[in-house]
Amino acid sequence: MNKPSSTSTWKIRLQSLASYTALIIGAIVFLFPFYYMVVGSISPANEVGRIIPSRIDLSSWDYMLSRIPVTRNLLISFLYAGGVVLSTLLVGSLTGYALARLQFPGRGLIFNVLLLTMMIPFQLTMIPLYIMIVDLGWAKPGPTVLLGLIIPGAVNATAILIFRQFFLQIPRDLFDAARVDGESEFGILARIVMPLSAPAFLIAGLLTFIGPWNEFLWPLLVTRDVHWMPLAESVALFGVGGQTGGAASRWGTITAASTTLAIPAVALFIFFQRYFIEGIAATGIKE
Amino acid sequence: MNNPPVAPGGNGSGASRFRFRSSDDRINWIAYLFVLPYVVFFAAMIAYPLGYAIYLAFHEWSVIDPAKPFVGLDNFRRLFNDSLFWKSLRNTVKFLVVNVPVTVALSLILAVALNRPIQGRTFFRAAYFLPYVTAGVVVSLIWQWMLGAGTGIVPRFFEFVGLPKIGWLTDPSWTMITIALMVAWKQMGVYIILYLGGLQGIPRSLYEAAELDGANGLQQLWTITIPQLRPITMLVVLLSTIVGFQLFTEPYIMTGGGPLNSSISVVLYIYRVAFERLEFGYASAIGMVLAMFIMLTALAQRILLKEDTGR
Repeated sequence: MNKPSSTSTWKIRLQSLASYTALIIGAIVFLFPFYYMVVGSISPANEVGRIIPSRIDLSSWDYMLSRIPVTRNLLISFLYAGGVVLSTLLVGSLTGYALARLQFPGRGLIFNVLLLTMMIPFQLTMIPLYIMIVDLGWAKPGPTVLLGLIIPGAVNATAILIFRQFFLQIPRDLFDAARVDGESEFGILARIVMPLSAPAFLIAGLLTFIGPWNEFLWPLLVTRDVHWMPLAESVALFGVGGQTGGAASRWGTITAASTTLAIPAVALFIFFQRYFIEGIAATGIKE
Repeated sequence: MNNPPVAPGGNGSGASRFRFRSSDDRINWIAYLFVLPYVVFFAAMIAYPLGYAIYLAFHEWSVIDPAKPFVGLDNFRRLFNDSLFWKSLRNTVKFLVVNVPVTVALSLILAVALNRPIQGRTFFRAAYFLPYVTAGVVVSLIWQWMLGAGTGIVPRFFEFVGLPKIGWLTDPSWTMITIALMVAWKQMGVYIILYLGGLQGIPRSLYEAAELDGANGLQQLWTITIPQLRPITMLVVLLSTIVGFQLFTEPYIMTGGGPLNSSISVVLYIYRVAFERLEFGYASAIGMVLAMFIMLTALAQRILLKEDTGR
């Protein structure tokens, strides 16, 4: 306070300058690959890889459409991620409600088992799960591939914890009043808890969605038929295959396909940024 | 409905017993209907496969051979002498040694910068989070393209500004470092958000007191901010360690584990043993060792978190 004010404003300015420098360099490093990807996909074939192309050319997109069954793969990605989100929200909200609001012998056990399952890595159970999926006939090309993709990841513990946390914060009186009125537990969940918990459903849904949408390893095991695989897998296999003529057209195709795969998740994130960040900050748990 | 409201089991909220008995405290048998779907899922998709994996690890279980004899600890003994398994473990250690400090340092710096009164906070925060929501497949392909020997934009930029030529994805001593840096870039958004939450929890009074003592910004960072963020740093270290143990997509796409197996990760090795050599028994044994590492890390996380919140 009793220091000369010119020194302290000078100091604050220097700190602000340092902050902005770090933030802007950071933003360039984080955003440039995305810019470069999108621009690469709309460059003429002989200019793929330039930072600023001489003109916009969509031939890479045409080439991608002729090389990868993108529409089918996108549809399968949406059904896969959509299926996982739906079952997670349904099962997760029921379980979260019971853990938060209902009293029953074994509640503590279920809660502890839930925490324990979060420590079991998928890489250990994936081999038995693969055997099970093959035995069930869900790894053959065809619509059952969707069951093979969805069922093993149909519920995630993180979503249950988000619901439990949210339901715990709803005032007791609401439940007491509804029960006095003779409302059933399902009725309370559907008519009182759910309308109050839209943000919880949104947060759990968004965090769940990006898992299956971006997943690569599990689809790689379940399906190798390009007509029955989600987009993440077909883009990856195209990328590592290197089966096209000429490096330029290859990277043009890869950037176009990568852009297609990135857009839905990125758009959801930009649109619902607040909820993503709230969800991450609240759980401190990822994937 | 007419059960005595004193709940015997579970984590009944003790305090409420001394207040009015709420309908929350009665045993609700319908609860079993609510948890049934999860219990079925847990039994079929977690518990059973887990038991099955342990069973496989003690058998010689090859897809093409119908005889699948019990072999005791043979798979684990074999693993002990498997140089490629050790290589994949050493690669993982190399990954962690690079990835974890870089992740902690950079996400802390960016979070501190973001926590100041600055313009465009939402924009910056979103920019740093973008790689996290993007598929590992996409970022691996794009970075592979950008780092490509000779033609990639990163080597061209390095040449342009006079930095040394680095074989990012071709020099065996660099491949794992490159992947570790790329994964740090991909995951950092999450850790920045965790740090921001931590920063907002530090009492202003601490800084005001330091200000009175004449501590400058850098001193405040060292003596207040970093020690106060210790629990978050613990969390970041453990979470990024788990990510490192589970590494698969990036080496699969960017290097295929090469050159000379310099970037093969444990999960990539499990994948090879199981789905290229079709030895499910041996692959499960490797999986169990990996799971042990991950579970120990996760357990450490849980214990440390409990300690920090308990005080």
